[in-house]
Amino acid sequence: MQDDPVLSEVPAEVGVAKPDPILVVDGVTRRYGGLVAVDVDHLEIQRGVITSLIGPNGAGKTTFFNLLCGFDKADGGIWTFEGDKANGVKPHELARRGMVRTFQLTKTLGRMTVLDNMLLAGSAQSGEHLLKALVKPLWKAQEQANIERANDLLARFKLDHLANEYAAGLSGGQRKLLEMSRALMAEPTLVMLDEPMAGVNPALTQSLLGHVTALRDEGMSVLFVEHDMDVIMTISDWVVCMAEGRVIAEGRPADIAGNPAVIEAYLGIDHGGATKGVIK
Amino acid sequence: MSWLSILALALQTAVGFQAAWYALAAVGLNLHFGYTGLSNFGQVGFLLVGAYGVGIAADQGWSIWVGFGLGIGAAVLLGLALGIPTLRLRGDYLAIVTIAAAEILRLVANARPSEPITGGSQGIGGLSKLGFYRPNFIPSGRYGIGNSFVFNSRQLWAMMWVWGLVILATLLVRALVRSPWGRVLLAIREDEDAATALGKNVVVYKLQSFVLGGTIGAVAGSFVVLYDGAVSPTRWIAPLTFALYTVVILGGAGTVWGPIVGAVVYWFILDVFDGVLNNMWFEVSNTQAGAIRLALMGIGLMLLMIYRPQGILGSKKEMLAGAR
Repeated sequence: MQDDPVLSEVPAEVGVAKPDPILVVDGVTRRYGGLVAVDVDHLEIQRGVITSLIGPNGAGKTTFFNLLCGFDKADGGIWTFEGDKANGVKPHELARRGMVRTFQLTKTLGRMTVLDNMLLAGSAQSGEHLLKALVKPLWKAQEQANIERANDLLARFKLDHLANEYAAGLSGGQRKLLEMSRALMAEPTLVMLDEPMAGVNPALTQSLLGHVTALRDEGMSVLFVEHDMDVIMTISDWVVCMAEGRVIAEGRPADIAGNPAVIEAYLGIDHGGATKGVIK
Repeated sequence: MSWLSILALALQTAVGFQAAWYALAAVGLNLHFGYTGLSNFGQVGFLLVGAYGVGIAADQGWSIWVGFGLGIGAAVLLGLALGIPTLRLRGDYLAIVTIAAAEILRLVANARPSEPITGGSQGIGGLSKLGFYRPNFIPSGRYGIGNSFVFNSRQLWAMMWVWGLVILATLLVRALVRSPWGRVLLAIREDEDAATALGKNVVVYKLQSFVLGGTIGAVAGSFVVLYDGAVSPTRWIAPLTFALYTVVILGGAGTVWGPIVGAVVYWFILDVFDGVLNNMWFEVSNTQAGAIRLALMGIGLMLLMIYRPQGILGSKKEMLAGAR
């Protein structure tokens, strides 16, 4: 658990205002027919900290996540990213503005090398313009700089020895690492991680956790969806818990651990009173 | 007819005009299918508009350059018209829309009300007045070895142009796919969502690839009818697109030189079949031989998919990477 001075004064209440929010959400809804998958009244995501989004299966976490980064269309609501309107904005535009996401099922580009996976993420590349692409001197220097940066990142994630291998040849864990380093290559201000620890062995989980905290320590904001309570309690600065499409609780990990609404959402209603569950 | 002359004749086709324009049209299709992952099943539609561009120019008494301009302009419009609504959707929609659009174009060109412009089922003749062969500096005569591997000066002139364009288009595609622009195309082929998540406007890239590859196809179509001297609607049928797919896959989809190798090998094999069926094995009429050779080509393609799915130039390692 991180002892974060920025959020230490913020009360653990749903919809509470944060000192310096990077993302502000108001009245976002998403329906599938009669089912309300997401219905979030107000939520602020603090800049420069790790916020985790938790909740039982079917709580609408991933749907909410997809709405925020433009991969799904909301039925209503507005949200701003860095103070600018973000609802109704195309996902690639949000990515260019610094909101870069990863996927629950890793999306490495199999028939491209690890290095090309990285280079793809480089932002504002002049060589990506159809006509400029034909004139190599126009983008050669930028490409070279990107290659150096990509190699530095790959070294940090211990993937540098695989730079020229096809990404499809990577193990599941290496793909997670590649996806995270690729997201960093895009120079994000807000990194959105969709269950980065899903299906990962404990040793790699520790390594991924180290990378996630490093992101925050470098000044990036992190929002991630996660199931694993141990993971969340270890690294989150702030936890937002969803159930049935709504935010039911938010607060520091310690506030959430003893919150009866959260325990109820995860374990069902406590009828007997014999069980005294504390989520660690 | 001896084995030697069958092989010589097959070789003549394989390096001749026929293989050249197949290669050119396949370069465009390879950009779509091999590099961007677009299932364009209507490449023949682009060839058709290129063909009718020069055909209509001849009919109206315009110059050959107006004809090329018409064909290319129509190809760009066709690419945008098909691409803008469908490239936003999943890949399957593009396949359905392109195959239908190519058929519609052919049926419209063939229809009676279109006669004043396209000549209806008669097509347009007299393309020689566009003067494609006029600057031909190759003295008339027969060039080659033996009796079968020979070309006349008109064939050589057309071959020179189209093979030249094939090289040009191939080098263009080579430069593009090795650039950051090409890297985005490959990423779209692998996973559109990943490309989007990294800030790439995938619709724009798909549209650029679609229009560019279609335009290359239209240029191929223009030269086909300049060589023939006439435009006929019956030529632009869906099986031609499938033949182009065979060429692309045979050579190796997503490889720079694959379409060229594919076209040469395709026509060599097809003509060897033809020669053997017609002259050595048994007495069959030409139409029967034509059907049998296509059946054999189909078997050949199946064997290729089983034993060498990456094509002649493709890398097995890359192919396996895609399967995971």
